Amino acid sequence: MAFGPHLFLALLEGLVSAAVLSLTALGLSLVFGVMRIVNVAHGEFFMLGAVLAWVTSSMLGGHPALGFAAALVAPPLAVGAVAWLAERLVLQRLEYNPEATIVATIGLLYIIQQLALTFYGPEARPVPPPFNYRILLPWFGYSGYKLSIIAFSALLLVATWLVLTRTKVGLLMRATQYDREIAQAFAIPVGRVYAGVFALGAMLAAIAAVLIVPISQAHYLMGHDPLLLSFIVVIIGGLGSLRGTVVAAILIGLSDGIISIFFSPTLAKMVATLAVALVLVFRPQGLFGATAR
Amino acid sequence: MTGEVSPLRVYLLHAAIILALFALNFMLPPYHHGLMARIMVLAVFAMGYNMLFGYAGLLSLGHAMFFAAGMYGTGLAITHFGTGVPAAFACGIVAGAVLAFAIGLLALRTSGVAFMIVTMMFSQVFYLAILYFAAWTGGDQGMVLQQAARVATLGPLVLDLSHPVGRYMAALALFAIALFATLITVRSRWGRVLVAIRENEERTRMLGYDTFANKLAVTVLSGTIAAAAGSAFALLFGYVGANFAAVQYSILPLLWVLLGGAATTLGPLVGTVVMYYVTDTASSYTSAWLLIVGVVLIALVLFFPKGILGTLRERWAGWLP
Repeated sequence: MAFGPHLFLALLEGLVSAAVLSLTALGLSLVFGVMRIVNVAHGEFFMLGAVLAWVTSSMLGGHPALGFAAALVAPPLAVGAVAWLAERLVLQRLEYNPEATIVATIGLLYIIQQLALTFYGPEARPVPPPFNYRILLPWFGYSGYKLSIIAFSALLLVATWLVLTRTKVGLLMRATQYDREIAQAFAIPVGRVYAGVFALGAMLAAIAAVLIVPISQAHYLMGHDPLLLSFIVVIIGGLGSLRGTVVAAILIGLSDGIISIFFSPTLAKMVATLAVALVLVFRPQGLFGATAR
Repeated sequence: MTGEVSPLRVYLLHAAIILALFALNFMLPPYHHGLMARIMVLAVFAMGYNMLFGYAGLLSLGHAMFFAAGMYGTGLAITHFGTGVPAAFACGIVAGAVLAFAIGLLALRTSGVAFMIVTMMFSQVFYLAILYFAAWTGGDQGMVLQQAARVATLGPLVLDLSHPVGRYMAALALFAIALFATLITVRSRWGRVLVAIRENEERTRMLGYDTFANKLAVTVLSGTIAAAAGSAFALLFGYVGANFAAVQYSILPLLWVLLGGAATTLGPLVGTVVMYYVTDTASSYTSAWLLIVGVVLIALVLFFPKGILGTLRERWAGWLP
């Protein structure tokens, strides 16, 4: 393949990973923005979504599209419920102390990972895509499903944006983010907002995982990379800034796709992680700095 | 904090612990004898972690890189340059100290949550670097140190570190040095400055202390102790592997210290012993030992934030250092 089409293919692949990454990172960013906590178990919510998607679609049988449609609904709801429970039972009692929360979510990470290994097993299993349609480009054929991921993610991002800026729920969330105590004084049920945001963040990660699982398989260790990439995106985009998160996700997703096609993926990951750690050290407000409140 | 307690009791207690560990050498059955040597080395790692987390209040999620720096400093020196044991040990310690100084300079510009993430990321870079430079480090296969390379000769003294007794005694010696170094440090004026920084950094700065320099110094000390443990682990057990640089080995010292009691001199030992035996016992029933780690972590922060010795000190024995 010539260089031009090769680059185009890399761009397409990059866009797919950017789409999934922006959903995952948006979840992490929401939780960090509103609750001011870092959820280390975020990647495990992603993994849980993928594993449950396999369970759902293999239990239903029948046409793949039917199983996939069910997998888009049931697993995110289940993951949201798990997150809601964890928030009520653990994080709330820690009063969102940043260090205790990190330790507790590390514990949650190990628990979810081990349960997945025990009940789901160490195998990697695929979920059949809802449709197999190849779009024929002049240079190569490209999976129509992958393009639909991009469209669907964009739709979800816009929907989340609308919920945040145009609805009463979004208003409550923004008020809580702006000043927790004043929000409480105005009779906003801060505890319930926190639980809802934590569940919503987990559900976004789970949906992202369901979308990606027909392309890459469901595996109990698959949560590690999305967690690290989401951290990178949230930091580059500015901690807690939603617009920055999406811009950074596209940037990171694209460059990750392009770099790992042309260079060694280990080297790419190494350089990216180092660069981001240095960004956090020297420009803690992120590159697209929404200034810290 | 300790009040008017004679220091004699404190030093006697620590000497008694060392003596008890020495006596265990002759009483333990082979399996537990080997396990205990391993635990003592890992407890040194936890003590290094405790210096930074317990006393100075800096929660690092990247201490695996210092442990691994010691391990690889030693392993690379033996494998590629054929150095003797003392030189290789020194290489490991120097590698850890230099790395800790460099990381400290960068990471200490941040604080709180950002500090945890930055240390975790630097540690991840270190781990990826070990995998990437596989030609030197053996990648994820790691390196095995041959038995011949693990015999230390200091003048007329010959110590075979692959022999169970030699291994146990070397581990105990390292443990004793680290324990008394910690004890002396935390009872010194400098130790109190560290605690002051943990409790209120702003006020400590106002009193005229250079908090950045103090934090950098304790980071280097903590990293160096962790590197000494990593180097000893490589020499005593003959294996250098990338999995010791992975995230899990940054979490484990945190777990041990929290369980035993942060900011207690003996807490790291207690936490490591308890956790090791809990997972060892549990693994004969189930392979799900990560589940136990997770549950213990959550239970600790929820119900038992001071750990075993911290609670003991609070309730009954206020004199415990």
